[in-house]
Amino acid sequence: MKNQFNNYLPNLKVLYVLFAFLLLVASCKKAESTNQDSTTIETRGELVATLTSPPNVPRSVGNRAAKKLLVNMEVLEKEGTMTNGVKYNYWTFGGSVPGSFIRTRVGDEVEFTLKNHPDNKLPHNIDMHAVTGPGGGATSSFVAPGHEIKFSFKTLNPGLYVYHCATAPVGMHIANGMYGLILVEPKGGLPPVDREYYIMQGDFYTKGKNGEPGLQAFDMQKAVDENADYVVFNGSVDALTGDNAIVAEVGETIRLYVGNGGPNLVSSFHVIGEIFDKVHVEGGSLVNENVQTTLIPAGSATIVEFKVEVPGTFILVDHSIFRAFNKGALGMLKVSGEEKKDIYSGTIQEGIYQPEGSGIQEMPNGNKKEVADVEVIKSLEEQLSAGKQIYSQTCFACHQAEGQGIPNAFPPLAKSDYLNADVNRAIGIVLHGKSGEITVNGQKYNSVMTKQVISSEEIADVLTYVYNNWGNNKSVVTTKMVNGVKNSH
Amino acid sequence: MRTIGLTLSLLIATLCIAQAQVSPMVIIKGGEYIPLYGSDSVKVKVASIKMDVYPVTNLQFLNFVKENPKWRRSNVKGLFADKNYLSTWQSDTILGINLKKDTPITEVSWFAAKNYCECQNKRLPTIDEWEYAAMADEELPDARQKKTYNQFILSWYETPKTNKNKIGSTFKNYWGIYDLHGLVWEWTGDFNSVLISGESRKDVDKDSNLFCGTAAIGATDLMNYAAFMRYAFRGSIKANYAMRNLGFRCVKDITDEKL
Repeated sequence: MKNQFNNYLPNLKVLYVLFAFLLLVASCKKAESTNQDSTTIETRGELVATLTSPPNVPRSVGNRAAKKLLVNMEVLEKEGTMTNGVKYNYWTFGGSVPGSFIRTRVGDEVEFTLKNHPDNKLPHNIDMHAVTGPGGGATSSFVAPGHEIKFSFKTLNPGLYVYHCATAPVGMHIANGMYGLILVEPKGGLPPVDREYYIMQGDFYTKGKNGEPGLQAFDMQKAVDENADYVVFNGSVDALTGDNAIVAEVGETIRLYVGNGGPNLVSSFHVIGEIFDKVHVEGGSLVNENVQTTLIPAGSATIVEFKVEVPGTFILVDHSIFRAFNKGALGMLKVSGEEKKDIYSGTIQEGIYQPEGSGIQEMPNGNKKEVADVEVIKSLEEQLSAGKQIYSQTCFACHQAEGQGIPNAFPPLAKSDYLNADVNRAIGIVLHGKSGEITVNGQKYNSVMTKQVISSEEIADVLTYVYNNWGNNKSVVTTKMVNGVKNSH
Repeated sequence: MRTIGLTLSLLIATLCIAQAQVSPMVIIKGGEYIPLYGSDSVKVKVASIKMDVYPVTNLQFLNFVKENPKWRRSNVKGLFADKNYLSTWQSDTILGINLKKDTPITEVSWFAAKNYCECQNKRLPTIDEWEYAAMADEELPDARQKKTYNQFILSWYETPKTNKNKIGSTFKNYWGIYDLHGLVWEWTGDFNSVLISGESRKDVDKDSNLFCGTAAIGATDLMNYAAFMRYAFRGSIKANYAMRNLGFRCVKDITDEKL
């Protein structure tokens, strides 16, 4: 009898607790439907997730209900290009570094299938910072080559999160490129913008130093010492430059999902010539405004938004600046559209920086006279042979052996409409340097040529050489012409 | 009933009709070493054994399969080998088009590897025996502190498709053994045991020792990335797995009279 009574009591308790809970849930629903406890969001239906490789992101979740979201991801170990002539064996989620972008909304029940390609040598797993649970999923997703594994989780907190491999040695798996981003949008999605891109920084440690050609192995000691050879966006030096640059048009609002896979370095993310209108600090709910440079910890991410007001090329950097210019942490955003001189005046007045140039030009007349007096008469052959030598010493590095230049960086001298249009302008550029946007053979260039510290005679010779080669108009430039330009200012 | 069936088939699995395959062996002189996952850095004793100079080749395993029909692809039980077992072969007894006779056999399960060795009157090495033999480079029996040794191993872990290289194509180590590093992973008899043996961790899932923090806490040599990867690999596999990068070699105990 006593036993029976004892058994009966807990049942009553359970009923009571259940009733109280139901009341609570009901009242919550009435009071704050927008601020619902995300563990209680019900899913409706199934959806196969669209995954994208960088710099692209899938479409916003918009107004869709929370669903069971099926994510299929394959781990591939494969050789890729770090920079010209340098190969690296990347380990990837979905074949790219960073791995495929996953887009979910709060309350989704994500069923994740991780497949390890049979040709792979190593077991892998995935630790997603968006997961609430042991190991972020790592303990449930450890999978040998030639096998696949499933686990599921519910997205509870909105934000932008890093995922990465967490198989020992963890550092090496991350250093080889095993990271990516998963976005958990709030109900209704993030506010629409014109363009969205996916960028992720990572540091790489290679046996050969930066630029050393060939297939470069991972260097464990350098990784432990945190002495990176490459710091890059999207897995390689050229992933976001030249033809791979991200694009926009004047007046558009851009949202960048920027992650930092590490393994070691913290990023000081900055876009040269832009100010972030909004920064979702560390990918969370705190929004900061009017930010120049934002810090992204290793294993974290941030969302930045800005409107592009003027055209031009905007450079994305890790503002730990040697990483940008010496180790590869540099990307480009090319904005096309009409100039707005009231916001940015453009090239003409601000273009040329002459720390010493103006001083020379204001020197006493005697000096000028001396310059004018040195008139050397040479045959065309003499000029061409001297010019060739000067070209190979002074111009070759940028304008290249056949005057072809380097696309998007240094304009061509071969069959160059810009060059052939105006000899005096060409002389002026060699004398004083040039910066700002110019159009050569239909292509826009926006770089800097420094003034060349060579004599009038040398300028005459090298320009004559250039004009008499590679399909140019065969102008002959004399020292007198050079001095004429020199003295005209 | 089921248990009896299982026991029976296990018994059957160990029987074999086979001529010994010709395969040179060398002696590895026993000693002590500290494994990566040592308990309190206690040294482990390894007895002297004879070890195959090369991993078992496609041709050797083909001959074995011909003589032992139960290990043919179409006959093998799912319990003993998964669907990847010899999956790139053209048929039960014809190697795959891309497989050469003198490259290491892969896509074999632990059960198959174990039985192969037993049929040669040999056995699979233990993890400790394998790791002990594999510490050697060309000159030293224990080269684990050498940068070049670690770099070599790490770089082959990163190099794709090394299973297509011939046996003997890597270096001959101190003991006279080839290809412990550089071609394929190798089965060990107790591949799945090492992580469960720890004192206070007996209730912990064996895999969890290999994630993030715990991997570092349990290890004796944090710079031995190559060993981390081997242990991680072993932790990820099961005895019926047949994998493209996993082969094996055999060892033999040394009886007194032979010493």
